[in-house]
Amino acid sequence: MVEIRRPKQSAGERHTTRREQQGASQSKTTLLGRLRSWLMHNRQVAGESLQRLLMTPMASMMTWLVIGIALALPMGLYVALGNVEMLSRGWDGAAQISLFLRFEVTEAEGRQLTKKLALRADVQSAQYVSRREALEEFQSLSGFAEVLGNLDENPLPALVIVRPQDSDATADITEQLLQDLRKMPDVELAQLDLEWVQRLYAMMRLGRHMVMALASLLALGVLLVIGNTIRLAIENRRDEILVIKLVGGTDAFVRRPFLYTGMWFGLGGAITAWLIILLSLFWLSAPVAELAGLYDSQFALRGPGIVDTLGLWITGAILGLLGAGLAVNRHLDAIEPQ
Amino acid sequence: MIQFDNVSMRYDTGHEALKRVSLTINKNEMAFLTGHSGAGKSTLLKLIMLMERPTNGQVIVNGRNLKSIARREIAYHRRQVGVVFQNHQLLFDRSVFDNVALPLVIAGHQPREIGRRVRAALDKVGLLEKEKHNPITLSGGQQQRVGIARAVVNKPSILLADEPTGNLDPQLSTEIMQLFEQFNQVGVTVLLASHDLSLIARLQHRMLTLRDGQLIEAMR
Repeated sequence: MVEIRRPKQSAGERHTTRREQQGASQSKTTLLGRLRSWLMHNRQVAGESLQRLLMTPMASMMTWLVIGIALALPMGLYVALGNVEMLSRGWDGAAQISLFLRFEVTEAEGRQLTKKLALRADVQSAQYVSRREALEEFQSLSGFAEVLGNLDENPLPALVIVRPQDSDATADITEQLLQDLRKMPDVELAQLDLEWVQRLYAMMRLGRHMVMALASLLALGVLLVIGNTIRLAIENRRDEILVIKLVGGTDAFVRRPFLYTGMWFGLGGAITAWLIILLSLFWLSAPVAELAGLYDSQFALRGPGIVDTLGLWITGAILGLLGAGLAVNRHLDAIEPQ
Repeated sequence: MIQFDNVSMRYDTGHEALKRVSLTINKNEMAFLTGHSGAGKSTLLKLIMLMERPTNGQVIVNGRNLKSIARREIAYHRRQVGVVFQNHQLLFDRSVFDNVALPLVIAGHQPREIGRRVRAALDKVGLLEKEKHNPITLSGGQQQRVGIARAVVNKPSILLADEPTGNLDPQLSTEIMQLFEQFNQVGVTVLLASHDLSLIARLQHRMLTLRDGQLIEAMR
């Protein structure tokens, strides 16, 4: 074996010449200039990756639709819950206390009591329902008219319906009022008809938890869909990645277009979900208005507000970035020039 | 500029591609690397590019021991070394201009600077009028020249070439070699691997010959 060595330059000499070379090329790329070109490169890559998606409209549309449906489910439920919440707001103010009077209390005494109750500060209104009225109402509403007709005696007690005064501390005041009413000698039973409202609220709490669980599960699904799509994109652009790595592209440079692609998938999916929800609401609005009309209500469906909409879009974009990031970290290192 | 000290390279398959190779290529030198196919020419170039790491010994490029370059610094090392491949590695989804501009875009140069340098490089290889073409429409020799323009556009101090004339006829090969000599004359260190002895024997440069992974001969 023959070793070939040329006489070495002195270290100092070599050093100086390198310095000079670097100095000349670096003076043209200042820090500010680098930042500016970095920003411009990002904008350019963002634009290019969007263009790439639009160049294969059918494939991109399919991915957007899949992500859109996955995001529309929890978001739609969230919007529905919001509507139920809005509908039920103010119902706890409409709580009423049914005051069943003792049988021995006469009608005159009952009406007297009703007047007295109506004057109380914590009572908004009080309405007397005589035993006969109670029976008539029960007959017409229950469908037991014939059975009741066979009875010798009216089994129903007279009733005072008390509406508590509306205020911020409704619950406390109502509770206090209920205690007072129960102590009255003429009163057999005082019942607060609020339980069903509380049950509704409990159900809505449950619903909100289910939305969260569903949203997490579907978010995971979106991550996997985007991750898989990006994996295919990486595979398709293998040659480009190799060349970029060969001519000195950093990992960040190689990653960037894929991260932007993931972001566009996520954002596009979120916008698709938003459109799906708007379409569904539009489709439901007529029957809902009809139903509300039957209840003499002005209620109309409300879509996602601007905050929720922006939240959905941002969540979609972040999910896209994360999904792409996962795929890129898993698959990009495997592509090294050989 | 490029220095190998007792460098051995054994692949995972057990194949020993380089055996205790020591050599020095000076600044501004142009040298040929020859040998039969499989003698270790490509491996030697890959070590300089940090596409592979040696099993033993050290490689020093531009005064820096490549051992000290961490994985995430490799990209910056490669920016100092231009490479030309036999299969030119051009991207057919973009124009000639964009292919040549790639190293500059990666290095973060500004568009005006990129345009100026890309045109200068294309002018040097005689393809200025082809900048808007897709490289797939060019002939083999033209594609190779685009590859050379891309390798020099970032003004690297070292230019490596692996069988750059492998697919070209003698006439085109001579033209390509002249291009490399021109770059060498303006101060670029050139190391060119080729097994086309008839071609390189005519050129007056040092020849490093590998046989079965060993450096056996040096000619002026």
